[in-house]
Amino acid sequence: MRFVKDGRAAEDPYRRVADDASLPDGVPVLLTGERFLADAAALASRAAPVGVIWPNNREIEELAPHLAHLAAIALAFPTFRDGRAYSQARLLRERYHYRGELRATGQVLRDQFLFMLRAGFTAFEIAKDGDADHFADAVHRYTRFYQPSADRRPVIAAVRQPPTPQRKSA
Amino acid sequence: MTSPLDQKLRIDGLVVITANRLRDGAVIYRTAGGGWTTDLAGALVLDAVAPVKAELAQAAGEGTLAVGAYAAPVVHDANGRLVPGNLREIIRSSGPTFDLRRVPAET
Amino acid sequence: MYVYDEFDQTLLNERVAEFSDQIKRRLSGELSEEEFRPLRLMNGTYLQLHAYMLRISIPYGTLSSKKLRMLAHIARRYDRGYGHFTTRQNLQFHWIKLEDLPNAMADLASAGLHGIQTSGNCVRNISTDQWAGVARDEIADPRIYAEILRQHLTLHPEFSFLPRKFKIGITGAAHDRAAVKMHDIGLWLRRGPNGELGFEVAVGGGLGRTPYLAETIRGFCPSRDLLGYVEAILRVYNRYGRRDNIWKARIKILVHDLGVAKFRDEVEAEFEASKDYAPVLDERLVAEITRRFHYPNFENVEDNPPELQAAFHDARFRTWYFNAVAPHRVPGHAIVTISLKPVGLTPGDCTADQMEALADFADQYGYGEIRNGHEQNLCLPSVRQRDLPALWRKLDAVGLALSNVNLITDIIACPGLDYCSLANARAIPVAMEISKRFADPDLQRNIGRLHINISGCINACGHHHIGHIGILGVEKQGQEFYQITLGGKADENAKLGTLIGPSVPFDKVADVIEDVVAAYIELRERPEEIFIDTVRRVGIQPFKERVYAVR
Repeated sequence: MRFVKDGRAAEDPYRRVADDASLPDGVPVLLTGERFLADAAALASRAAPVGVIWPNNREIEELAPHLAHLAAIALAFPTFRDGRAYSQARLLRERYHYRGELRATGQVLRDQFLFMLRAGFTAFEIAKDGDADHFADAVHRYTRFYQPSADRRPVIAAVRQPPTPQRKSA
Repeated sequence: MTSPLDQKLRIDGLVVITANRLRDGAVIYRTAGGGWTTDLAGALVLDAVAPVKAELAQAAGEGTLAVGAYAAPVVHDANGRLVPGNLREIIRSSGPTFDLRRVPAET
Repeated sequence: MYVYDEFDQTLLNERVAEFSDQIKRRLSGELSEEEFRPLRLMNGTYLQLHAYMLRISIPYGTLSSKKLRMLAHIARRYDRGYGHFTTRQNLQFHWIKLEDLPNAMADLASAGLHGIQTSGNCVRNISTDQWAGVARDEIADPRIYAEILRQHLTLHPEFSFLPRKFKIGITGAAHDRAAVKMHDIGLWLRRGPNGELGFEVAVGGGLGRTPYLAETIRGFCPSRDLLGYVEAILRVYNRYGRRDNIWKARIKILVHDLGVAKFRDEVEAEFEASKDYAPVLDERLVAEITRRFHYPNFENVEDNPPELQAAFHDARFRTWYFNAVAPHRVPGHAIVTISLKPVGLTPGDCTADQMEALADFADQYGYGEIRNGHEQNLCLPSVRQRDLPALWRKLDAVGLALSNVNLITDIIACPGLDYCSLANARAIPVAMEISKRFADPDLQRNIGRLHINISGCINACGHHHIGHIGILGVEKQGQEFYQITLGGKADENAKLGTLIGPSVPFDKVADVIEDVVAAYIELRERPEEIFIDTVRRVGIQPFKERVYAVR
């Protein structure tokens, strides 16, 4: 497994902590949803960053009151064909204005990187090493986009010139 | 997706291992030498679960040659020739059941 | 028609490069079949019984002569000299090779053609009325909105991995020629209280194993909210649609399980919650897309020109004219349907030679435009009436001047077990045999309007549920059997057909259809009462008795 953050290969600073384990001091942690919600009040004052691992079949709305205290949210792709986390990501970015790390986990493959990036993901736990090497190619495969999205690249409607005057027929 | 190896295999009669060729989709059959042929007459004929499983396991490991290998029924016709055992396999082996030549319509 | 500019074209080229790279990685073994399959499907590439099948999108059923010539080129160069027009405004090549696809896709892209999202669990080609823009009963051209939705939903970052495929149909006409109620989202263009354009929105239609007609959840959605409202529907579906069972994953099951009222509430709540930031379809964008649709500069000509009057002396021309030619919204013009249903051949097939001939005729007589509709026929949407006799002679020379539009031999059929790996039974040979039984043109005209739809499996690509006579192939102990339904309809009064009894074997299907038709001829009150109206009046019982009395 390889980790890419903000477009670059990186060391994952977060440690996954089991529900019954104590929190290591001064280390960024990723907690399960259950643990995070149970301890949310106490965790709000923790100095080191706190992230949550959120399943794709649980309402993302439950996290809304806590977003200010979350440095990272890890969303799941149990199979790469299961696209529920794309909706969760977009809701977090657009509806709840979440600005922290959004991490893709599970079946995170090369041919989905661009979709994920455009849905608002900024960190990737990449299943295959070879795919990680091609991260930059994969997310620059396209230079033209029809719909606006979380990565704020310009869309066709905004950049193209007015069409040439109507011809007889095409 | 269930791997062919995990599928319940029941072998009632003669079978061959068949698949589609990756590069062009052509119908292919497993040969005795562990290769593939487009000619049913050259196919390895099996009649028991164990060797079928062994061949399917081999084929699954050769992912760049064949796609979706499975055991298909075959029978010997009156002349002792090996022929497909059901309509689907007949069509896979000989193509659509109507004349593909396009003729001008009667008007 | 919509004319691609450098931006659309660049995106297409980038798509070809991406898919070519994916094919390369599959052939080298870097991608497993399981990983590759969804990628090839999103480019319209299936693996069927004998070969790969490539499905090309024909957005809103509109082709230029240039595109049709390109399809002819692909048929000849990479396939076996023909293509198959489907029931959803796509064209399929059934003998394509994976290793040829990078070149074939590049050729297609050079003419603005592609297979993007013609399969896979994403929003498929958005279909509409093949008479869009030329029909007399239309309040606005639905293709503008089909194109806007196409663009918005192409490679969409949120909605490309849905629980299952997703089909949208739009019409702007009073008479529904696009089978809108059979779609996951059905849209009818409507005028609002102040004359503004908008849409009636229905959801949850679809055939397959569990057929449902779409039900209206919004009587009027203003045009500016179209994208936001469609996104709200897609988001509710993406989040809550079932993913555990492929047979229950379509939106129709979610709508049915929740109940249409609850589903509507969910969508409305989602739409409300996203109002501040949802995409808005402003007038500038509509104008921008509209400007890219190049309409013909119609000649200023009169209805019923002398050339047309003179041609009526020829009985064969007259027969063709009254069957295949429809009124156009512009005086002196006509809509010409080109039946792809010759007796004894495959419904919807078109040879490369025929495609090229049609492209030439379109340039010469039809402002360079060709259309395709869900009946698997083609159409020249704008022909000058004075050119009809000359066009007819040329069509006749290439076997395309058929006079069976909407008649019993104008059969809709899926490829069935002769090509398709999902099929349980053959569909094409059944269609061929039925069309031979009813080959006599006088017999067909006497029977009148009658739609037969044939599917080779429960996936219902032949739309058998909505045929006046529906035929569904099933497998029983290794044999092909066929269930017959009566009373289905595809239009604005859409209805699902009713099963008349036990299935019949392959070689008895045409006999049964002859019995059904004979019963209809006896039962109809007058020759003008068409088959579907007789079925509605008398029910299926008399037909059932006729068919099963002797069996």
